[in-house]
Amino acid sequence: MKKQSLSNKVIDFLAKGNLAFTITSIILGFLIGAVVLALAGFNPVEAYTIMIQGIFSRPSYIAWTIIRSTPIIITGLSVAFAFRTGLFNIGAEGQFIIGAIAAAVVGYAVELPAIIHIPLVFLAAITAAGLWGGIAGYLKAKFGVHEVISTIMLNWIALYLNNYIVRIEGFQRPGAQRSHEIHESARIIVLEQWKRTPEGREWMRGSEFFGDILRTPVNWGFVVAIILAVIVWYLLNKTTLGYELKAVGFNRHAAEYAGINVPKSMLTSMIIAGALAGAAGGLHVMGISRSIASLAAMEGYGFDGIAVALIGANTSIGAVLAGLLFSAIQYGGTKIQPTLGAPTEVINIMIGTIVFFIAMPKLIKYFAQQLKKKRGAKNAG
Amino acid sequence: MLDSLGFILGTTLMYSTPLIYAALGGVISENSGVVNIGLEGMMTIGALIGATVGFYSGNPWLAFLAAGLAGGGLALLHAIASVTFEADQVVSGIAMNFLGPGIALFLSRLFFEGATMTKAIPSGNKMPRPLNGVFPRNSFFDFIFNQYATVYMAFFLVFILWYTLYRTKLGLRIRAVGEHPRAADTLGVNVFRIRYLCVILSGVLAGFGGASMSLAIVSNFRPTLVSGHGFIALAAMIFGKWKPQGAMWACLLFGASNGLVVYLGRPGTPFEISQSLLSMIPYVITLVVLAGFVGRAAAPAAVGTPYEKGER
Amino acid sequence: MKNINFDHKVVEMKNITKKFGNFTANDNINLTVHKGEIHALLGENGAGKSTLMNILYGLYQPTMGEIYINGEKTNITDPNVAIKKGIGMVHQHFMLVEPFTVAENIVLGMEPTSTLGTMNMKKAVKNVEDISKQYGLHVKPNEKIQDISVGMQQRVEILKALYRGADTLILDEPTAVLTPQEIKELIQIMRNLTTQGKTIIIITHKLKEIKEAADYCTIIRRGKHVDTVEVKSTTEDELASKMVGREVSFKVEKEQKQRGDVGLKIENLVVKDNRGIDAVRGLSLEVHVGEILGVAGVDGNGQTELIEALTGLRSITSGKVTVNGNDVTNKTPKEIFQNKIASIPEDRQKRGLVLDYTIAENMVLENYGEQPFSKNGILNKLEINKFAKDLIEKFDVRPNDETIKTRALSGGNQQKVIIAREVTNDPDILIAAQPTRGLDVGAIEFVHKSLVRQRDNDKAVLLVSLELDEVMNVSDRIAVIYEGKIVGIVDAKDADEKSLGLMMAGGGSQQ
Repeated sequence: MKKQSLSNKVIDFLAKGNLAFTITSIILGFLIGAVVLALAGFNPVEAYTIMIQGIFSRPSYIAWTIIRSTPIIITGLSVAFAFRTGLFNIGAEGQFIIGAIAAAVVGYAVELPAIIHIPLVFLAAITAAGLWGGIAGYLKAKFGVHEVISTIMLNWIALYLNNYIVRIEGFQRPGAQRSHEIHESARIIVLEQWKRTPEGREWMRGSEFFGDILRTPVNWGFVVAIILAVIVWYLLNKTTLGYELKAVGFNRHAAEYAGINVPKSMLTSMIIAGALAGAAGGLHVMGISRSIASLAAMEGYGFDGIAVALIGANTSIGAVLAGLLFSAIQYGGTKIQPTLGAPTEVINIMIGTIVFFIAMPKLIKYFAQQLKKKRGAKNAG
Repeated sequence: MLDSLGFILGTTLMYSTPLIYAALGGVISENSGVVNIGLEGMMTIGALIGATVGFYSGNPWLAFLAAGLAGGGLALLHAIASVTFEADQVVSGIAMNFLGPGIALFLSRLFFEGATMTKAIPSGNKMPRPLNGVFPRNSFFDFIFNQYATVYMAFFLVFILWYTLYRTKLGLRIRAVGEHPRAADTLGVNVFRIRYLCVILSGVLAGFGGASMSLAIVSNFRPTLVSGHGFIALAAMIFGKWKPQGAMWACLLFGASNGLVVYLGRPGTPFEISQSLLSMIPYVITLVVLAGFVGRAAAPAAVGTPYEKGER
Repeated sequence: MKNINFDHKVVEMKNITKKFGNFTANDNINLTVHKGEIHALLGENGAGKSTLMNILYGLYQPTMGEIYINGEKTNITDPNVAIKKGIGMVHQHFMLVEPFTVAENIVLGMEPTSTLGTMNMKKAVKNVEDISKQYGLHVKPNEKIQDISVGMQQRVEILKALYRGADTLILDEPTAVLTPQEIKELIQIMRNLTTQGKTIIIITHKLKEIKEAADYCTIIRRGKHVDTVEVKSTTEDELASKMVGREVSFKVEKEQKQRGDVGLKIENLVVKDNRGIDAVRGLSLEVHVGEILGVAGVDGNGQTELIEALTGLRSITSGKVTVNGNDVTNKTPKEIFQNKIASIPEDRQKRGLVLDYTIAENMVLENYGEQPFSKNGILNKLEINKFAKDLIEKFDVRPNDETIKTRALSGGNQQKVIIAREVTNDPDILIAAQPTRGLDVGAIEFVHKSLVRQRDNDKAVLLVSLELDEVMNVSDRIAVIYEGKIVGIVDAKDADEKSLGLMMAGGGSQQ
């Protein structure tokens, strides 16, 4: 009897509430992933064990998970911010690229003390990407061009622009399909120079925990990501600007009636969303890649950001958690291929499944209700 | 000079083909009122299945058909979400773009010993070229008309879809469902059935599009093969004002820029121009055209809105 | 009456109950309609009339109850079954595909085809012409719906049903969009149809039309069947009290009042509609303080464009608008608001509220940027909530909770939120566009009282409404708008419906 009421509670929980949908969707994602693995002849328990070990068993693994979560948390924030203001920013991908280009150019072209250089590079990245995002905002506000389409176009233009700029003489690293590295004064990798000194090496050998972590390109990007998450939260929930942008997102006609400048709001939203995605691109160059490469295809930071935003229910805290989850699955997932021979791509199937279920809360609600009915009938009988 | 033109036109036709299939998929789905941003994922799965079945069976037609079924299968998921469970269609489409490539690469690794690139189909087992040998080799007409069968079929399908949408009973119903589903429903038109049909067909067409790459333009599947064609097809559909013939012209524009890139990339071309900048042009044109000429007005009125039967 | 065959029960709905979640829309309703009869279904907004008819037409399934068509028990699972059983429905909001032609709309779902499912448009056009001739409902088959008038669109809707061989026609609020003259024509069409053996069920909340057109009337209140009466042996007052559940008077209580100076002055206003065609064509109007000026007119004569121009949502091509002597022509909505003009918008859900915002957030929609609601761009939620609580109390908004979303409120309470917000700003001019649309009688009374209170406080009130009764009851003076111009202004006490109706149809003023 007691057990019954507990499971009823669970079902009630599922029948309402956003968090419940999200958690259920994530569980379903893992379940379907397991089924796919089993169908392909792999032991899902073994695969998931390897994944979990691959995430948690060493400090450096955890560090990698966090490092890899940084760009997608921030692109996730970008997409989530746009969503909350009624816009679908498919363009985080391109804005990321533009941010990366700006960071690589400013990081390489000038040499300044780190205390000025780092903020300058960051500022360049968010400004350039903010303007890039603003193009979509302008096209929407002025000509009614749907942002989904314009940002798709802008993504490709950004990609080809990247490839063009990488190949400019003087910027291209000789003999490579990538740019010169940015100066060390523009990098945000923790103790990068010290790590290479004899003392540094000595110390790292001595400290098992920190030494292991420092072997990864651990950088300040994650801290910035958290700060940005707080800023986005504050902006959306506590300021008049957030109030205006959300009002336009919910109901532009009412916002217009109330005297809010709707075109300006759309432009502002897209500039902010673009700046966020650009921050991700800039930090990626400053903290990990140190240069930009010629791209044959999209890298997917922006698209992953869409999934992160959706899984995180378009909230700041959600983006951080979903970014970590996403990054953990991706990083851990890479380890099942060499160990087990199971295709890594099962993680894409899992993520796709999670997003798929998040797209239709009605389904989960429906199943919860059916279960409830069944139980009700059983109890009555 | 004439041969160069022929070469460019021929390459244009070849590169437009996958886009046309997928864009037609977008046309049929959106005319029934369902946004399909998942064309990319459906193309990817189609490309993989086409290449795989083509490799193992040696029959390009069987492979092409299987690719359509695979795309349709993925589209079925999209239909379940967006028609039955009233999902946000764009979000569901995003899910398709994770699922499609995910499943494709997963299967590739299973079928080809852990590789994400399938083995090449022997040239004898690729899509046939029905007019091969009719014209002198590398002549103007040979460049233009010596195409894979998939190219001809794509253009034929443009006509078929146009006829269906604007001249048949089914087409009238599809467009009615896309414009005003409730009106169609009150006249006894089954909105759900029509939308399921259209979404699944859009997946089949996108699957064909993928296979027209992996069975004709190249002879295998690899992870970067489709990379973005589904999105370009989507843009082409909007550029073409949601009409089959319009989408076809837009696809030809994208194909032509591709053709130019290939032509100018050949050794010994007279012009020295950055391929990257050249590749950018169609996207810029699309943006300009969208801003200047195509308003929102051309979209089916109910596109993107789930139809709830018991709505109050 | 002479057409009715009392031995032939065309429609019998027995003990129909329909629940939506916890809400019971129809509670054990019975309805019997005989062949050849015009049967009215009377009830307030939200009483459950449309739900009942949607069940009869197969759009909803009843939770309980049975339906008999021509004496035969029928399970109407979808509109196809209803159509097969000879039932046709004309919905209040027309179910027409705008970019399609008249003929395409009529044949949709029953298309004449030649080989391979190809449409036979020639035959479709011919069929439409035949049927429109047979019933005297003239239409042009090849014109697009978006290009024809509302009255014409209604004919298309009726033809749609007749094309499907409907014997019983359900008309849902068919007169809402018509002029008094067009209403007369419609009643004539209905009578014609009954002489040809058709049966008509008309959903309405207008008592006058029931008296004029219907043979029998079934009254529904809050989802329950109240009574079925023979119309000729009852009175409008009796019907009204049955509909509302208490004695009601539709007269608005207000005292005589001397009007003051001009508050709002509109001179030679020209405004274009969405298609770029002049919708307001040189309109001039003066609203004095201490009066309610009602604008009467048929939908689509420039009312929407006039209001949007006055509130800054639409640009003014030429002409001038002044408030207390200040020019507000082509100012932004914010500037207009700052000039002490407030407005109750035509469409409360589209313009008036952000439905996903809470009551509190909606209460400050126009002045969130001012102290004490915010300072330096940071919102002060405490102050906003306090303000909202106060207004909720004062205007009796239910439920009494400022943190719930306005989406969850009833139409009447949504309107209260808007009125509270607009009136609290103490405007000099209040513009009310269709302020009672879709509200029940209690809420309508509240809205009317609010308008009268503004007038009594020496403010100028401009009321624009499609409901002639409302305009006549509430206003001090009545202006009639026709094709974007004021074609006549009369004192409310001298106004009579016939002359107003004539002016609304472009018949010109007697003055």
